[in-house]
Amino acid sequence: MTAIPLNHVLILACILFSIGFIGVIVRKNTLFILMSLEIMLNAVGVAFIGAGSVWQQADGQIMFILILSLAAAEVAIGLALLIRMQRRYQSLDIDKLSEMRG
Amino acid sequence: MTIELMFYLAGAVAVLASLKVVTGKNTIHALLYLVVSLLAVAVCFYLMGAPFAAGLEVIVYAGAILVLFVFSVMLFNLNHDEVLFARQSQGLGFWAGPVVLAMCLLALLVNIIQSADIQDKLTVNLVDAKQVGILLYGPYLLAVEIASFLLLAGLIAGYHYARPEGPGSHGGRS
Repeated sequence: MTAIPLNHVLILACILFSIGFIGVIVRKNTLFILMSLEIMLNAVGVAFIGAGSVWQQADGQIMFILILSLAAAEVAIGLALLIRMQRRYQSLDIDKLSEMRG
Repeated sequence: MTIELMFYLAGAVAVLASLKVVTGKNTIHALLYLVVSLLAVAVCFYLMGAPFAAGLEVIVYAGAILVLFVFSVMLFNLNHDEVLFARQSQGLGFWAGPVVLAMCLLALLVNIIQSADIQDKLTVNLVDAKQVGILLYGPYLLAVEIASFLLLAGLIAGYHYARPEGPGSHGGRS
């Protein structure tokens, strides 16, 4: 058993996830939305590692490694899309994308 | 100081830095706070008995992904960022927030490393890299293959989307 109770790890993960989620919802700058997504993925990693360390299994860390590769691919594609958007609209405002059709 | 107290301190640093990321106006400052947040989460991982995950967090998240962010911020023409309109010589006050939070993390880490008592407690519930590797290349081999496909798809899509638009930019054939 770890010294840290699972409840508190999960509370930390929930707080971080909520902060990231509020960032995704509230911000208009797409770069900040991407950063908030990173915070959310990180919070999920905290929950996985906490659970894995409570039960003394390595599965939690494996899920964390998969989340890590997912985050890397997501950031690469997201930033490439942002570069394309910046070139086309000269702005990172996500409201500009509402005029996109079909 | 017990392990729990250190965990709460590192978690508080992570929460504060994440709040500054979400509420920030300047992109580069938000990126600095994001680095601090990821490092704080890495300290949390270390305290939870997962040093391998903590190392991966520092190397991949705070190292590679944040460098990707910084490179693409260089590519964006951030005219509306406040750094152009703010005074340029603000001294150390510009860096104070991330530096204070990172110093908290440094003090925590030094405290963890030099205290033999805490090291003993941490080795009790350690899940080391060997167990992770055995599991990763045994039962989870299919997941590793799928992750490799995902990374390849990310590479190709990133190249495709970030390519300059218009004819004549396809490298010969247009």
